[in-house]
Amino acid sequence: MALIEFTKRGIYCKQGDFYIDPWWPVDYAVTTHGHSDHVRFGNKHYLCHTLTKPIIKRRISEDLNVETLEYGESITRNGVNISFFPAGHIIGSAQVRLAYKGEICVVSGDYKIEDDGITTPFEPVKCHSFVSESTFGLPVYKWQKQEVVFNGIQNWVNDNISQQRTSVLIAYSLGKAQRLIKNLAGSVPIYVHNSIANLNEVIINAGVNLPETIRIVPEITKEALQKGIVIVPPVMRDSRWIKNLAQPVTGICSGWMQVRAHRRWQSADAGFALSDHADWNGLMEAITATGAEKVYVTHGFTAAFSRFLNEQGIEASEVLTKFGQEDDEESNVDLVAQNESKLL
Amino acid sequence: MKHFAQLIQQLELSNKTNAKIAALVHYFNYADDKDKVWVIALFTGKKPKRPIKSALLKYWAIEITQTPEWLFAESYTNVGDLSETIALLLPPAENTSDLQLYQWIEDLHNLEGKDDDTKKAFILNAWNHLETQERFIFNKLISGNFRIGVSNKMLVNALAKQSSLDSAQIMHSIMGKWNPYEITFHELVNGIHVNTDNSWPYPFCLAYALEQAPESLGDITAWQAEWKWDGIRGQIIKRNGELFIWSRGEELVTEQFPELHFLVDVLPDGIVLDGEILAVQDKKVLSFSTLQQRLNRKTISKKQLEDAPIGFFVYDLLEYETHDFRTQTLSERRKILEKVIAGLGDSPVILSPVIDCSSWEELATLRQDSRSINSEGIMLKKLSSLYHSGRKRGDWWKWKINPYTVDAVMIYAQKGSGRRANFFTDYTFAVRDGENLVTIAKAYSGLTDKEIKEVNSFVTRNAIEKFGPVRTVKPELVFEIAFEGIAESKRHKAGLALRFPRILRWRKDKKAAEINTLEDLRQLLQSTL
Repeated sequence: MALIEFTKRGIYCKQGDFYIDPWWPVDYAVTTHGHSDHVRFGNKHYLCHTLTKPIIKRRISEDLNVETLEYGESITRNGVNISFFPAGHIIGSAQVRLAYKGEICVVSGDYKIEDDGITTPFEPVKCHSFVSESTFGLPVYKWQKQEVVFNGIQNWVNDNISQQRTSVLIAYSLGKAQRLIKNLAGSVPIYVHNSIANLNEVIINAGVNLPETIRIVPEITKEALQKGIVIVPPVMRDSRWIKNLAQPVTGICSGWMQVRAHRRWQSADAGFALSDHADWNGLMEAITATGAEKVYVTHGFTAAFSRFLNEQGIEASEVLTKFGQEDDEESNVDLVAQNESKLL
Repeated sequence: MKHFAQLIQQLELSNKTNAKIAALVHYFNYADDKDKVWVIALFTGKKPKRPIKSALLKYWAIEITQTPEWLFAESYTNVGDLSETIALLLPPAENTSDLQLYQWIEDLHNLEGKDDDTKKAFILNAWNHLETQERFIFNKLISGNFRIGVSNKMLVNALAKQSSLDSAQIMHSIMGKWNPYEITFHELVNGIHVNTDNSWPYPFCLAYALEQAPESLGDITAWQAEWKWDGIRGQIIKRNGELFIWSRGEELVTEQFPELHFLVDVLPDGIVLDGEILAVQDKKVLSFSTLQQRLNRKTISKKQLEDAPIGFFVYDLLEYETHDFRTQTLSERRKILEKVIAGLGDSPVILSPVIDCSSWEELATLRQDSRSINSEGIMLKKLSSLYHSGRKRGDWWKWKINPYTVDAVMIYAQKGSGRRANFFTDYTFAVRDGENLVTIAKAYSGLTDKEIKEVNSFVTRNAIEKFGPVRTVKPELVFEIAFEGIAESKRHKAGLALRFPRILRWRKDKKAAEINTLEDLRQLLQSTL
């Protein structure tokens, strides 16, 4: 009997009687990471990585009943051994390994292969069955090394500063924002929106080493912002606040920016293909490394990616998720930013 | 190539006209002269010789990346552009190249007549020397158009700024007949080629839509009102005994309209007329659907000549006795034009009448009846206006009648291409026919980005069936569709076709039960015949 099944509430382990990233309230939820499409309000118990705990408490509620594991640690629930391994997606993101009577299944949540400098890097885990995302499961999505992308962003910023323009980077509050801060820090001051500053506090308190940033408050002058880098969540994108800055130019940091059509669609001034998801090569590399006999493909280009795996001799099937459409990486996070951000 | 790749990137990175012009000026300041000529050629739609079919490019890319064909197709659907899909699929280049844009174009040109193996070796080698963005451009040189939001006007403004020459003169030169393989940049912007070319048309003067009340234009006596005809805007040129007919799409269409060939004998030499190509019978304008039978045909049958006779309604005089007349005022141009047309005698070339009226109210009343003479409204031109190149606010206005509208329900949705490749943006609409729904139009414009996202989310949640890229959706969302005309059609199930259908607004207040019926449209069709 398979270790997991795909139900309306989400991925369910019958033997252990728990869900992984459920969409509706359940008794016991194993949480891969703190993005809103993976962790919802209303579960009786949460099990997540140590670093995810303060994040979900801050984002959802201080009253959550949360148990934690470090990477490599495990607990047993109804005979099913549950352990966490780094997924490399965002701070605290974990792949969930389930072992029961010699059968091993890994639910990877979202993941990326490249070491981003702030998240514990992805670690492949041998298993019989593997649940993989496929957000960028088309071969046109192949990332450049992040040094190249960050050089591009840094050059754009320098150019903007010399032309008296204000550089505004649009990035998700959790994950992308911290990655930008870590990799862009050093040259000019970085100013961040409330929702990002709040999460930074949580992350620094949890012991992560994050460069210094400045929370945007009304006292900060436009002249100061013009000489730095401003980072705001997607919800702020078309806001009056940005329009009122000194010659604002916006840059979107997302994997979708790989394609010209998406860059133009977003009506931003610049697009940088920087993603916290695995690219095509990353997905293939990860799946091959697991040695899995069966792959379940969720979230993204599920049909194309599972068909390709099958043609390569890797048994794969498509799993529909509640959020399972291609463009949701953004909209879900938008929603959270909306909830938590009090506009300036 | 690197300079050009950088230019394209800068043009794409900005939505602002001034920033785009600045990027162009910067480019024209620093680029190689031979490259500049090609950039002007590419941006104005002149394609270099293309010795390789795009199907072959695709095939070679599939072969070297070992991508299954269906996966290539999926990728293409997502990216929305063949050149870009190939550029993104290929593995990173192992080398770089300093070849200039024009050198690549010449090398491609030299492949003409070579066998496929030689061509293939050249292409694979090129791909291995170019970065993704350069590769994309290289592929475009072979197989596509550069649609990057640079209008002719923007290009001309940048050239004028960079060269300190007059923008009208540059527009004139770059719209003419020239060969990018031969002309130099200096010759091109200075228009060396222009005077020697008999067929050379002028840029059309275009009008903005009048959105305010006509009273805001001041005293009506300062204005000339004409009917706005719904045909093909054209220029008729006679120089040195030769006749040329240009359409507004900058296309020479002389051969398509034999009814107008008599002009070569009766028009004075050195003349250019601006007007509208229309289907005309007994001096009356027929519907656009009649004219359509005559468009884009290589051969014309006797029956088509009889069913859809062509005429030309003349608006303006741009050149007379070999002199450029565009700097004269409209009233002066019109005076001479009336004389010229009167000299033609009885023919299908007719002076487009000036509407005689003394007040804006009177004109507004007349405008209501535009459709009865197959006109789509009124043109307002300042009597003192010069003939401008392109669109200029203030002197010419089009005051169109409101379009027809119908409330219809969305039943199919398809993802867009290009900038909308990842959203369901192309919708098919239906009206009620008894118990059934029958499709009447497909439209893909008219919604805001926010509305598109909303509809997109509806489609993903309410898709019933999947046919390739098309989704059948629950008939629930009602839209008001505007259109310019209606014609009988054997090809469509509804038996009729709408012209220029587009979404006027999303009727969130209406239910699918409240939409129009096919009978409503049939009645409308009858009333226009």
